Amino acid sequence: MRPFDYIRADAPATATKEAGAGARYIAGGTNLLDLMKLEVMTPERLVDITRLDLRDVERTPEGGLKIGALVTNSDLAAHPDVRRDYPVLSRALLSGATGQLRNKATAGGNLLQRTRCYYFYDPAQPCNKRDPGSGCGAIGGFNRIHAILGASEHCIATHPSDMAVAMRALDAEIEVEGADGAGRRIPIADLHRLPSDTPQDETTLAPGDLITAVILPPPAKNTFQAYRKVRDRASYAFALVSVACVLRMDGDRIGGVALAFGGLAHKPWRDPEVEATLTGESPSDDLFDKAADTLLREAQGQGGNDFKIPLARRTLKAVLREATQTEAAA
Amino acid sequence: MEITLDINGDRQVLDLDPRTSLLDALRHHLGLTGSKKGCDHGQCGACTILVNGRRINSCLTLAAMHEDDEITTIEGIGRPGHLAPLQEGFVRHDGFQCGYCTPGQIMSATAMIEEAREGWPSYVSPSLEGDIELSDEEIAERMSGNLCRCAAYTGIVQAIREAAETREAAE
Repeated sequence: MRPFDYIRADAPATATKEAGAGARYIAGGTNLLDLMKLEVMTPERLVDITRLDLRDVERTPEGGLKIGALVTNSDLAAHPDVRRDYPVLSRALLSGATGQLRNKATAGGNLLQRTRCYYFYDPAQPCNKRDPGSGCGAIGGFNRIHAILGASEHCIATHPSDMAVAMRALDAEIEVEGADGAGRRIPIADLHRLPSDTPQDETTLAPGDLITAVILPPPAKNTFQAYRKVRDRASYAFALVSVACVLRMDGDRIGGVALAFGGLAHKPWRDPEVEATLTGESPSDDLFDKAADTLLREAQGQGGNDFKIPLARRTLKAVLREATQTEAAA
Repeated sequence: MEITLDINGDRQVLDLDPRTSLLDALRHHLGLTGSKKGCDHGQCGACTILVNGRRINSCLTLAAMHEDDEITTIEGIGRPGHLAPLQEGFVRHDGFQCGYCTPGQIMSATAMIEEAREGWPSYVSPSLEGDIELSDEEIAERMSGNLCRCAAYTGIVQAIREAAETREAAE
């Protein structure tokens, strides 16, 4: 690990003031320290934000939930309000990592975790994300875990978070304090970027920006919520494909639905056209196939991950069948 | 930099490079070699310790970040002649072969049993509400952060289930 200066912040304003060029915030550290040991990340300064007062989960005046950036994944998954009102979020959190890691990992850090692309993790390999301009080893290389939607010729990495996928389906907003001390809110849809020709820029945050909270809107009434994750092992593995679903029936028709997908793209993927295909319709396998056709209309495999295209279809259909209690077609 | 740590109830003052992981501080600077270094990347769980009663991977955190925290290692759980119930259970049920992962397994299980008693659900829990029954499936899911290359998993699960039942009966 490269040497760094260690600074402990006691308030958000001190943290943002200390976080100049070459600095990184550290909270749970489970991803950052892993990458620093491998010298994939080499910050010159670590600003420890774990002493900041950002560990509460509170009701918002609108009836939603304000989740402090330092709330651990364990505490968030077990929080009574989250379990009752946002079960898709509890399930997504519980599907990720291990008991030990969830006790450390925080809401803010989870949003900002880096891809698990093998080429990104290996400094001896080309990677436009780690070393812009060096090329992408995954294109034409080993790419079983890589993106089928929204990728570019420069990067086909995926975002690894489960939590962020559930938050995308729930229309969360991210509360940020800038280096100038000004606060703002970013819809989670606008937090993460697609790789385009600058895969090193993973979010729309500016240097020194500090995530202070995640805001959930008031819970949707009478919804079915589920997080279905398909992976290579039964536990402690990243998603090959995952689906976060919040669905409301209106009589025998689908009244409204939010669907977000993990493992498919450089960001939690959500496609309004998929939801429009389903809304107001009577559930059936044919309808679910139309939704999958829409989701996957521009999907592109890279060889090793071609299987994700049919897998995403089947996973989506399985979730929709469960949500609408529809039998599979014979 | 000078760091003060509270380990197994003892105050320790150490002069450390900021890069020192909590695991290396324990093993190399304090001679507490019960916590093991397996992968050093949070994948195997051999380094599991308790911080303020919660299980964490000590390899994936900096010692400097844990001033004022209450740290418990396997040495603080039990000693020869005064074993904790989980340690006795691992012996009785052959919950190990080489023993390298065992301190991490025991620290992880110690905290995991309390998590279940607090009603924390897991990914395999049928419902997110209500009491948790530590079935073999629940134990396997909740212990997936602790690998055993000797594959003593059958004995490990038996030892944990017995300790959880004993803990429950004691209430």
